[in-house]
Amino acid sequence: MKTREEIFEILKSQFPDAVLGIDSSLPTEPIISIDPLKIKEISIFLRDSEELKFDSLMLLSGVDDANGIKTKDEKGFDIINGGTLSVYYHLDSVYLKQKVTLKVSAPRENPEVESVAMVWRSADWHEREAFDLLGIKFLNHPNLIRILMPYDWEGHPLRKDYQNPEFYQGMKISY
Amino acid sequence: MGLLDKEFSEGNIVIAKVDDLFNWARLSSVWQLGFGLACCAIEMMATSASHYDFDRFGVIPRNTPRQCDAIIISGTVTLKMATRIKRLYEQMPEPKYIISMGSCANSGGPYWEHGYHVLKGVDRVIPVDVYVPGCPPRPEALFEGLLKLHEKIRNESMRKKTV
Repeated sequence: MKTREEIFEILKSQFPDAVLGIDSSLPTEPIISIDPLKIKEISIFLRDSEELKFDSLMLLSGVDDANGIKTKDEKGFDIINGGTLSVYYHLDSVYLKQKVTLKVSAPRENPEVESVAMVWRSADWHEREAFDLLGIKFLNHPNLIRILMPYDWEGHPLRKDYQNPEFYQGMKISY
Repeated sequence: MGLLDKEFSEGNIVIAKVDDLFNWARLSSVWQLGFGLACCAIEMMATSASHYDFDRFGVIPRNTPRQCDAIIISGTVTLKMATRIKRLYEQMPEPKYIISMGSCANSGGPYWEHGYHVLKGVDRVIPVDVYVPGCPPRPEALFEGLLKLHEKIRNESMRKKTV
């Protein structure tokens, strides 16, 4: 069983360019930041390395950081420009009883993250959910379509500057 | 109506208005579509189960809309589901009745303000006969709704549908 700092040191020595840092100041567990286009490579290493053996992706979740420049449009709705969208990966090793949390951040205007659906199959639907609700594009995902909202829905509802449409297929949405 | 205990034994002839006879037959066997949406569906299933026994009112869940007289909208109607509900309703034969069960189906419930994906009341897509309030309604409340529906069916006429 390794601590998250030890896992960070292993990753940093293997991938000096792709591993960006570790944030230990959080009230929760430390989070390791990764380059969004290198996450698949690192995931395969985390899964297959003898001393890490992260065989289970417990959770993959998308987050709107809302750290861009906030303005208001003429109706008073928030608009956010710049900043990032993030994806968090919670990994677990059943064999070695250790856990680690990874994070990638992609620019809000073109959020592209490498898919890990072919590394852990549980990532498939989780990535589809993050795509559906936040619009994060997962590169090389086998079937990146909406999972919850209807296929003809426009926009990504969990973005902080999302504006609800007035109608959907002739049905009024607002109360 | 006193038909069974009084009239049958005497002359083997039943006398009734066609309206009354049809309405009595219809309200005594309201077959419902086996259709659950959210937590209200759990309460609806409890109502159907042996303790509350919806069957004693002639309510039997059927598995196809083509054999159903009533549909109980039991739960949150999302916009995605609303298109399906409309389609199921259109496949049911006349006469057909709708019971809207619980706050979500009545008006959107807790999703009324921020529910981007919820239809604010199923009466926006299909005509509702009886609204049952509650979140979720107890089985007794659903009984009350069904008895209200019985009352409504009893007052119908072959000539035209009345309230």
